Amino acid sequence: MATHTGGLTATAAVRTRNLYRSFTDDRPVLAGLDLTIERGEFVALLGRSGSGKSTLLRALAGLDQDATGTGDIEVPEQVSVVFQDSRLLPWQRVLRNVVLGLEGPGAKAKGKEALAEVGLEGRERAWPRELSGGEQQRVALARSLVREPELLLADEPFGALDALTRIRMHGLLRALYERHRPAVLLVTHDVDEAIVLADRVLVLDQGHVRTERRIDLDGPRDPSDPRFAAIRTELLSALGLDSPRTTETEKEES
Amino acid sequence: MTAVDTADQEVRPSPAPPPEHDEAASGRASRPRGRRRLGPGKAIPLGYLVGPLLLLGVWSWGSAQGWIDPRILSAPWTVVATAWDLWESGRLGPDLLVSARRFALGLTFGVLAGLALAIVSGLSRWGEAIVDGPVQIKRSIPNLALLPLLLLWFGIDERMKIITIALGVLIPIYIHTHNGLRSIDGRYAELSETLRLRPASFLGRVVLPGALPGFFLGMRFAVTSSWLSLVVVEQVNATSGIGYMMLLAGTYGQTDIIIVGLVLYALLGLTSDTVVRIVQRRALTWRRTLED
Repeated sequence: MATHTGGLTATAAVRTRNLYRSFTDDRPVLAGLDLTIERGEFVALLGRSGSGKSTLLRALAGLDQDATGTGDIEVPEQVSVVFQDSRLLPWQRVLRNVVLGLEGPGAKAKGKEALAEVGLEGRERAWPRELSGGEQQRVALARSLVREPELLLADEPFGALDALTRIRMHGLLRALYERHRPAVLLVTHDVDEAIVLADRVLVLDQGHVRTERRIDLDGPRDPSDPRFAAIRTELLSALGLDSPRTTETEKEES
Repeated sequence: MTAVDTADQEVRPSPAPPPEHDEAASGRASRPRGRRRLGPGKAIPLGYLVGPLLLLGVWSWGSAQGWIDPRILSAPWTVVATAWDLWESGRLGPDLLVSARRFALGLTFGVLAGLALAIVSGLSRWGEAIVDGPVQIKRSIPNLALLPLLLLWFGIDERMKIITIALGVLIPIYIHTHNGLRSIDGRYAELSETLRLRPASFLGRVVLPGALPGFFLGMRFAVTSSWLSLVVVEQVNATSGIGYMMLLAGTYGQTDIIIVGLVLYALLGLTSDTVVRIVQRRALTWRRTLED
């Protein structure tokens, strides 16, 4: 089993070496994966269903007790996870959800601040049920940021939201990232989402990083930009889709 | 205009009321004419009183007309007068107090025991292995069947009565709380791991609040079961309590006193169920169910 260590080099936030993970005896889901994420770097992870995206994220989050495997994992001390569902406790009010597990007198103030940052000022005393899906996911973002993570792991965090809300959430996540500068690993099935948000996009295939693409578009990233379209085509072909079309409609869970 | 009228309109399909009338009544945009709404429609205010009042009406009417022999069933006013006499003469008060005390003590001990067992069995596999079997066995034995043994063990005094009530209460509390604990979404445990919750916070913030709906459901069954056991123990072997009063009245053919006892049981049962429901609603405000 891999070891999680807090001690990392000056530049890397995440480092895995020769990482193997499998759930049954046959073909491993991760087959000798090497991955490095720099401090403050935003990396998006694409891949088809069963390519091992979620397995990698769960391995980094330490949530893979049911898997077997070998290899080294180095992650920072403070890791936050955002899941596809907001995973708010329905019996706790919004603020209590944000500061869940935080101790000390400053916790409440920090929680309020985090809620204000995601645009939910004044909703501290609402029940999670009273919020829309997008708002719930914003609370989940606040909950992950209030811990000041050095690494933010996001497992298809916008996968369950409608297209308009998703676009708004992209802006919010990017803004929060720029303010707090954690290293981010975003698992997604949405190629456009990956290009809009990330500094670097990885395509996972059969347990390996098959393609790596640095996104060097300057300024606001516009999906109608020809350079954007070129990257999209490249990534789609790495995913095994040769005709350039959007993956918006492919709602596959990995 | 009252909501009863509204409900009436919802059901009646054809002569549609003027649109503005309809809107004012239901606060909704008017619908195409003649379309029948499916579902039972709006709730009738105090609708739960209609059936009991109807029953009371038939009873009063029958007694007044002389159709109901008072030896079989006393008239409602006789029952009220008897209740007043019993209260005035100081015969009802002590019996009521004794019954209420048995109920309260049995319920308290039963709830505490059921809760403790459910937590032990819900939080650890070993606890479940040890506790769950015996409770399930007890569950399949009716409380009445245990009575001879309990009589032998604990005699005929208050102890036996309270233990019998507690044993009946323990089962629903255990079953529903245990179920509540076990059906908490595993994803919340995963979340708690990533947030590095300490075991105490995990228990206090995630597990116990999550099991609360189950506990309250068990509580409502427990209250009913508690009254049921009370009736049984008060009629088998007692020298005080409402049940004893009724038993005594039975031997003298005093149907009015028997009815007083029945009404008291009904009122006490309803009151305690209402109390549980009010507490439940307060504690579970986060859960807006169909009930509300």
